[in-house]
Amino acid sequence: MLRYILRRLAWSVPTLLLVTFLVYLALRIGTDPVESYKRVNPRASRAKIQQYIDINGLDPNFVQGYFKWLKNFITGEWAPSIKGRREVWPALKDAMANTLRLGTAATVVGIFFGLIAGVLAALRPGGRRDVFINTSAFVGISIPPFISAILLQLLFAVYWQRWFGESLFPTSGVYPAGHSGFDLFLMLKFMALPTIIVAIQIIATYSRYMRSSLLDVMNSDYMRTARSKGISERRILIKHGMRNALIPVVTIAALDVGSIVGGLIITENIFAYPGMGLYFLKSFGDGDFPLLMPWMVVIVASILLFNLIADISYAWLDPRIRLE
Amino acid sequence: MAFRRFVSHKAAVVSCIIIGILALFVILAPFTARYGVNQSVQAPPNSFLSPRSNAWLGTDDIGRDLYSRLIYGVRVSLLIGLASALISVTLGALVGAVAGFRGGKFDDILMRVTDLFLAFPFLVTLLVVRNVLGGLPWLKPLTGEMNSVRFIIVLFSIFGWMGVARIVRGQVLSLKEREFVEAARAVGASRRYIIARHLLPNSVGPIMVALTFSVVGAIIGESTLAFFGYGPQAGDGATSLGILVGAAKGAVQTGFWWLAVFPCFMLIIIALSINFIGDALRDATDPRLDRGV
Repeated sequence: MLRYILRRLAWSVPTLLLVTFLVYLALRIGTDPVESYKRVNPRASRAKIQQYIDINGLDPNFVQGYFKWLKNFITGEWAPSIKGRREVWPALKDAMANTLRLGTAATVVGIFFGLIAGVLAALRPGGRRDVFINTSAFVGISIPPFISAILLQLLFAVYWQRWFGESLFPTSGVYPAGHSGFDLFLMLKFMALPTIIVAIQIIATYSRYMRSSLLDVMNSDYMRTARSKGISERRILIKHGMRNALIPVVTIAALDVGSIVGGLIITENIFAYPGMGLYFLKSFGDGDFPLLMPWMVVIVASILLFNLIADISYAWLDPRIRLE
Repeated sequence: MAFRRFVSHKAAVVSCIIIGILALFVILAPFTARYGVNQSVQAPPNSFLSPRSNAWLGTDDIGRDLYSRLIYGVRVSLLIGLASALISVTLGALVGAVAGFRGGKFDDILMRVTDLFLAFPFLVTLLVVRNVLGGLPWLKPLTGEMNSVRFIIVLFSIFGWMGVARIVRGQVLSLKEREFVEAARAVGASRRYIIARHLLPNSVGPIMVALTFSVVGAIIGESTLAFFGYGPQAGDGATSLGILVGAAKGAVQTGFWWLAVFPCFMLIIIALSINFIGDALRDATDPRLDRGV
């Protein structure tokens, strides 16, 4: 097991390098960093531009440039953002913390309710409850998050204010303007709507996974054996059914980070929530290469990490699976 | 048999009717729309009128009829959805069939590339690929301007084929071990013949399903792009569902609910209906799939 993990970790380094190289290429071609620098700083001297090119590894030769960028990235010589010359790391760190908070809240809420809905649906397949849960999940998956965001904002923030004098949930930011310090209640209130919107998608997805996984397990031979031994239905469901049905769901959950981050990006933008998504869209709009590359590295690394977690948890949870 | 199974899926039948009516409305746009796409309903003041008799769904910021603009917008969006789905499914089916049949390096590389694309957050890949496409000057004759409808269609074709290729590859992998393929090989049929005559026709079910889901994917994708300001800028005030949904964002805070509600519901109805049709097609064409009901 340990050897497997170490080997996977060793492999993820070249993967990370290859993918960041592809991202570097794509950003070089797609956003033209030097041009964007000149556009944002029209009065930059030639020396300034050359310095910008050097520190970001924006040589005309892509391969050389990439390694130059890599060297500066690893040694911690990060260029400041092209707009306002901000330090990149503090901005990235704040964005990560905010997104982690929103993402964790949405994932916990989403998976919790999703699993419950899935189990409820699978207990009586074909029943009225099953049809209801299945159809709602289908509708939930079909509605893109920005649509539900618009509609919920309109209802709970704008029209609630008109009808009842005060909006139920605020629509933007983490705290009201001018607020400083930590306030849990206020933060929860501000996070409620974005969390719900991301969680809807997760609930819909996971109730379907859980339902089909549990149905598979319920029809398996060992469940019949357990029943014939006279174990109570409740105990069968929890000890035998749930435990085995959760194995594929855990794996899928770990592989799903990409799509959860995707939902977060969209939602953050709509609610002006200062996380990774807003960070990305802003810096992408400006063509801000020094901000974008570290963001991409973080995303790629976390996707690789969660892939690894998926594989390990799979083997760890299911003793029938032997790695190697 | 497959048809009977499809018809027994009630939601899908209703969806077919809805999509049919929508298609009819959209094709006959010059007759069904009450105003031109760029025409205001009355002399000023005409902006942000709430729904009333001369503008059933209200008007937008410069007094244009939302009902007529929705019809024209859905027209463009359906075109984008259908065109890019057809291209990407054709491409994906061919690549997937060849990869599944031949296996080896080509197959490995294909799977790695699709893994990479699917692991990334959708919007990030979409935006980056969009800019790369626009940044390659030699692609210009194919893609046109970056904010044209043609560019969007090319973009979603490039995006869509990977999912289809995966599905078809999986199907072909299981089909190619079957007896009838072996028999064809035994009588000396060429690879191309086996793919074209045996493998692809037998994958028609999954391909059809993939086609419907690609249509939805492209329509929602176009709306997402437009919502974030990277969508088509259809000239001369022409519009798309995405542009209308994008305008809805601005209408939320000001409380012009009709500008937000109607385009959003239109998108939901289209997405749901096509998804239901795809779901029923999957059930109908795959008899092994007994979904425990």
